[in-house]
Amino acid sequence: MQLTLWTYEGPPHIGAMRVVASMQGVHLVLHAPQGDTYADLLFTMIERRGTRPPVSYTTFQARELGSDTAELVKNCVGEAFERFKPRVLLVGEACTAELIQDQPGALARGMGLPVPVLSLELPAYARKECWGANETFYQLVRGLLKPRVPEAGRHPEPRPADRCPRANLLGPTALGFRCRDDVEEVTRLLASVGVDVHVVAPLGATPEDLLRIPEADFNVCLYPETADQTCLWLERMFGQPTVKTVPIGIGATRDFLDEVGRIAGIDVTDAKSPISSRMPWYSRSVDSTYLTGKRVFIFADATHAVAAARMCAEELGFMVVGIGTYAREFARDVRECAKRYGVEPLITDDYLEVEKRAAELQPELMLGTQMERHIAKRLGIPCAVISAPVHVQDFPARYAPQMGFEGANVMFDTWVHPLMMGLEEHLITMFREDFEFHDAATPSHLGSRVGASRPTEAGSQAVAESADSPMQADASTIIWAAEAEQELKKIPFFVRGKARRNTERFAAEQGIQTITVETLYDAKAHFGR
Amino acid sequence: MSGQPTLERGSAAGDLLPVVTRERGQRQVFCGLAGIVWLHRKIQDAFFLVIGSRTCAHLLQSAAGVMIFAEPRFATAILHERDLAGLADCNAELDRVVAEVLERRPDIGTLFLVGSCPSEVIKLDLAKAAERLSGVYSGRVRILDYSASGLETTFTQGEDACLKALVPELPQLPSGERSLLVLGTLPDVVEDQFARLFAELGIGPVHFLPPRRTTAFPPLGSGTKILLAQPFLGETARACEARGARLLSAPYPFGIEGTLGWLRAATEAWGVTGEVLDAVTAPAIARAQRGLAHHRESLEGKRISFLPDSQLEIPLARFLQRECGMELVEVGTPFLDRQLMAEEMRLLPEGVRLTEGQDLERQLDRLRADRPDLTVCGLGLANPLESEGLRTKWSIELVFTPVHGFDQAADLAELFARPLRRAALLRV
Ligand code: SF4
Ligand code: SF4
Repeated sequence: MQLTLWTYEGPPHIGAMRVVASMQGVHLVLHAPQGDTYADLLFTMIERRGTRPPVSYTTFQARELGSDTAELVKNCVGEAFERFKPRVLLVGEACTAELIQDQPGALARGMGLPVPVLSLELPAYARKECWGANETFYQLVRGLLKPRVPEAGRHPEPRPADRCPRANLLGPTALGFRCRDDVEEVTRLLASVGVDVHVVAPLGATPEDLLRIPEADFNVCLYPETADQTCLWLERMFGQPTVKTVPIGIGATRDFLDEVGRIAGIDVTDAKSPISSRMPWYSRSVDSTYLTGKRVFIFADATHAVAAARMCAEELGFMVVGIGTYAREFARDVRECAKRYGVEPLITDDYLEVEKRAAELQPELMLGTQMERHIAKRLGIPCAVISAPVHVQDFPARYAPQMGFEGANVMFDTWVHPLMMGLEEHLITMFREDFEFHDAATPSHLGSRVGASRPTEAGSQAVAESADSPMQADASTIIWAAEAEQELKKIPFFVRGKARRNTERFAAEQGIQTITVETLYDAKAHFGR
Repeated sequence: MSGQPTLERGSAAGDLLPVVTRERGQRQVFCGLAGIVWLHRKIQDAFFLVIGSRTCAHLLQSAAGVMIFAEPRFATAILHERDLAGLADCNAELDRVVAEVLERRPDIGTLFLVGSCPSEVIKLDLAKAAERLSGVYSGRVRILDYSASGLETTFTQGEDACLKALVPELPQLPSGERSLLVLGTLPDVVEDQFARLFAELGIGPVHFLPPRRTTAFPPLGSGTKILLAQPFLGETARACEARGARLLSAPYPFGIEGTLGWLRAATEAWGVTGEVLDAVTAPAIARAQRGLAHHRESLEGKRISFLPDSQLEIPLARFLQRECGMELVEVGTPFLDRQLMAEEMRLLPEGVRLTEGQDLERQLDRLRADRPDLTVCGLGLANPLESEGLRTKWSIELVFTPVHGFDQAADLAELFARPLRRAALLRV
């Protein structure tokens, strides 16, 4: 058993729902008790969809256990087929049904429906949502394309010289982070180098579209979390190469174009420079000086985490002080990335562990999921959301991709915005004794209402104490000399919490009982950055 | 799955009760776990530990919204593959998780082990576990269990199961003493209003279940009279009756009429005269009437359908029809407890279309044919219906928001009036 307060991922059948809800002409029958129908609201509320996901639930109850559930499955399959006339029917079970072992897939296949019926194995007690989406998409593509796999050794026809290269964009799904806009942006990006997008799947695809996948020259694995199995299989069976670079950030977008150029055999130099993005110039502009070395903690799905780390380090001049992911299947990528930045990777799906690490690191910015937004709020740290699990906020009305050159612009704004603006930060430091810039004034970026809950000194101290850090016992025996306390107050409030912590940690390490002005500056020198 | 609907005539002799159509098919309703979302806000020293699957954890998270900023007083012990293999280990695991929870939250007075579908199917005996753990933590934490599984309970029934688990814990009311026990989670502000009204009426002592803290359990005995503040607490009421308490038959305290009828049931049991009741309630009723008049304008003549969800459908339909002038197109309820609904059913208009259970797709067909002005439904259906041009109201808001009593009557009406006003406003 695993104790969870909040979770990053739902069960694997939610992943399956994300795939079918992305598509047209597909229907999923889910053997599940009534309460599991809550899942519809993820799509209709969080994503604000105007249609229900194409899912029918058997909604079995206790009194049917052992006797009628098989009948229930067949009725449900029959009615779903009659009503929705899907061109492909998927059958799966949620966690409870897995335990009662009705084998709904076999039951449905035995009904002789005139459309492909695919049964999904979604081990609810071992796997999670992203895995479920990955597996469902793979089963769907494989199930439909298997009869068309060419004999071993037969290579795809070379592209006729007069035809544009064609690419499939694989992996975007419902409830994915900014998928809708990423698809549009990557389509534009590819068009800029003369590549046509052939099929986008699962988002917006029909079963017939899936059948057309092999006609493209290569696949773009846009979200490895949901498409890497499929891409791998297509590569093996149809000899379709995969573009693996995910174009998030300026550097990665350029690398992506290079990879496309290599695989499609086209020249991409013109598209790469000059680029249309404002982000590189904004980042170089003098106002951005204050971003230098800002300490960032990243926790997200693997794709967005790794991409964010590179952007932080290379494109915004931040310092990555921590990186982690909840996506165990992709832990290796994040570990490698962590090594690049010389930090300890955090691979966990335990929200409390992430909170603990954040409290220890005291970063100046968190990039994470909605969960990290909560953690950051508690700790009084600015935060931007970069990855699923999603929230209604993550489906903005405006165009806001993460990928491509425009995506980099969007990220410059959304990551930098939670930080205090450079000029403001300077002014507060310069005029810190001024009546308007005194340290209890609410910074403009936190809005007017937040004043009371802003992490004042006492607040961040409380946080430090409530986070069960090993320091707690020591720090509580340490006293601040009045003079040192005065000196501490001269330090700008937004770094004061950290200064206090560092000094106390330093004092604890040195066995110092009373913190003097000396200790304060000794600690500053010790931890100096 | 959906047999032909069966028709049934209300059985109370002599009364012309509405015809009830029963349906069985796909349902669209939360399971009882959802109750934790408001129970943990109410009982301030309780912690709810669901023993379930990742689905259960995800349901709680989605129903509560990732929007609760504080650390919640609920959690899930997620069953993994190895827990399914051997039940003995499962108990050891449970002990470990409980220890972890209690270490994190030393402020907990009562810990509920909440059963789910998976824990029920694998026959994990939570009652036994609660007993064992009670021994371990005796004197420090009270450990109780109940099941809120979707196999047994819908949405609000989880509260019934939880409160029923509290009944054996209630101290004995000495014989010869009497008291009034109000059952059902009420926002504190409403509870305080009711407490003041009862005091003015000279009714007392009055207790509420659930209490704000489990250190303040109300006594229960043969002198206890029970008033239900929520219509979904049949099991709890019956458990109290088994301890000698008597359930007062009353409508539910929604709107002026419901609240007055509800208070009257108590005054009659206490031998308080009608004059006193009128005198005490007159100012609040006058206020409520003024408040309601405004919303009545938006609601009058509008047609409304209720999809089965919270179990509040029948009392709310009664209020909207009789006090706000709405026309009832269909009133669906997940299940119908005829005893608990007796007073309400009498107040429904003749010929109202009343359905019990659900066959979702057929229900939606009817809804599309009816095209009411407003549909009350669960969160999963609201936006799809809006996109079909139907106005909706989420039922979940009705269990979270203060809507009981005289002083909330206008607020309750406003919840229904707002979507209509908004629809009239928008030009996009
Ligand atoms: S219906 Fe059952 S399995 Fe689903 S969330 Fe509710 S208790 Fe858990
Ligand atoms: S905030 Fe979340 S739960 Fe609340 S209405 Fe919006 S989507 Fe629904």
